[in-house]
Amino acid sequence: MRYLENAVSLEFDEKLCNGCGMCVAVCPHAVFDLENKQAILADRGACMECGACARNCEQGAIRVRAGVGCAAAVLSGMLSGGEPSCGCSGDKSKCPPDGAP
Amino acid sequence: MTTRPKDGSPTLGCAGAPWIDGAVHTAANDVPRVRTELSVRDRFGSARIRWGIGRMRYQVPPGLYAAGNPSPGSPVLVSANYKMSFDRLRAALRGRDAWILILNTDGINVWCAAGKGTFGTEEVVRRVQSTALDRIVSHRTLVVPQLGAPGVSAHMVRRSCGFRVVYGPVRAADLPVYLDSGLKAQLEMRRVRFDLGDRAVLIPVELVMGGTYALLIAAVLVLLGGLTSRGYSLASVRTNGLAGAGLILGAFLCSAVLGPVLLPWLPGRAFSVKGAILGLVMIGALTAGSGLTGSWLHIAAWALLVPTIASFVVMNFTGASTYTSLSGVQREMRFAVPAQIAGAVIGFGLWLTGLFVRGGPGT
Repeated sequence: MRYLENAVSLEFDEKLCNGCGMCVAVCPHAVFDLENKQAILADRGACMECGACARNCEQGAIRVRAGVGCAAAVLSGMLSGGEPSCGCSGDKSKCPPDGAP
Repeated sequence: MTTRPKDGSPTLGCAGAPWIDGAVHTAANDVPRVRTELSVRDRFGSARIRWGIGRMRYQVPPGLYAAGNPSPGSPVLVSANYKMSFDRLRAALRGRDAWILILNTDGINVWCAAGKGTFGTEEVVRRVQSTALDRIVSHRTLVVPQLGAPGVSAHMVRRSCGFRVVYGPVRAADLPVYLDSGLKAQLEMRRVRFDLGDRAVLIPVELVMGGTYALLIAAVLVLLGGLTSRGYSLASVRTNGLAGAGLILGAFLCSAVLGPVLLPWLPGRAFSVKGAILGLVMIGALTAGSGLTGSWLHIAAWALLVPTIASFVVMNFTGASTYTSLSGVQREMRFAVPAQIAGAVIGFGLWLTGLFVRGGPGT
């Protein structure tokens, strides 16, 4: 199954890559691959913008506008005039107080 | 559920929980041992949560737990304090010795919490420190589920607390193979899928979450259905009102069930388009089967309303899917939401007009 591919915001600067392979390990859709000890964008269109690769790239070679591809979140963001916010987070007041700060 | 000391680690205080089975003595403190066999109650709990009942309160206390009889050299597996995540993990560890480090994600699953950042670098570091993990284990490796990676920065965790993060498989069920192969994940374990079974388990919660709105709209149509050019008529409530309510609920039910089931086979990539096409097929089938009678205005109204409802319901399934991007969803909504509003307004206008104007195959 594939989604709208040309909307994807993922950018990869291969000049900064040190070939650690972290992006390959964390991507759930095999967007990255390793070739000659260097990461390559193997399937950019499959990116779902979860942001795992960028967060785990120590070289800062990856940039992506991370977010949740959820229409309900986008709608609630539109209605409240803010950023898309996932409604599945629940009501925090119902959560038990955590022992840690 | 339990009392916890200030450092946030559960102690024997949660010994009363049915999934606890004694404790393991360590250099730091006693760590509660979990059962790795799921009880009927655990399974019933999961089934209940699939219907959205008490989903936000299905939690376990964050902290360190033991599976089996772990030693200082046993692996540390990290997860969220959503009980379904916790249950999947301990069930995968049957017959093994391991440590389980549960983060506080407010009872949200690993992937969603990682997206929000609650399953994140700071919480990993905080939990490692509050449980005195460095005194309990001799190694410095944390196995974090791959889907936790959107929130966790492996190099930042290492800098902050000295523990190396390695990303384990997407599914807890793959953990035994992963652990046995020396923390090596095969490619297949790294891929997120969205098979028929994965989609089908999401249907109940879609029905529960959207059902309230569908019932509300159906109730409004029942009331409005009594309007005629000669005043309010109970006979019309039966014919137009109940028929309208039935069509609304039918359209919602069919979209919420068939949308997820048929997702890969519905044409188009945008979920709103997939839904609209499903709606057109539904209304086509209904008309062909002579299930749709009444005035021409009402037939036209439902020909617009049913695809609009289906488009909206399936579009909302993007949030449950495992492959849609925020940019893509925003792009499809730029054309889909105005089209859905137009479809709803025009369709409802035609239906209202049809209450006052007669004429058509069914009259």
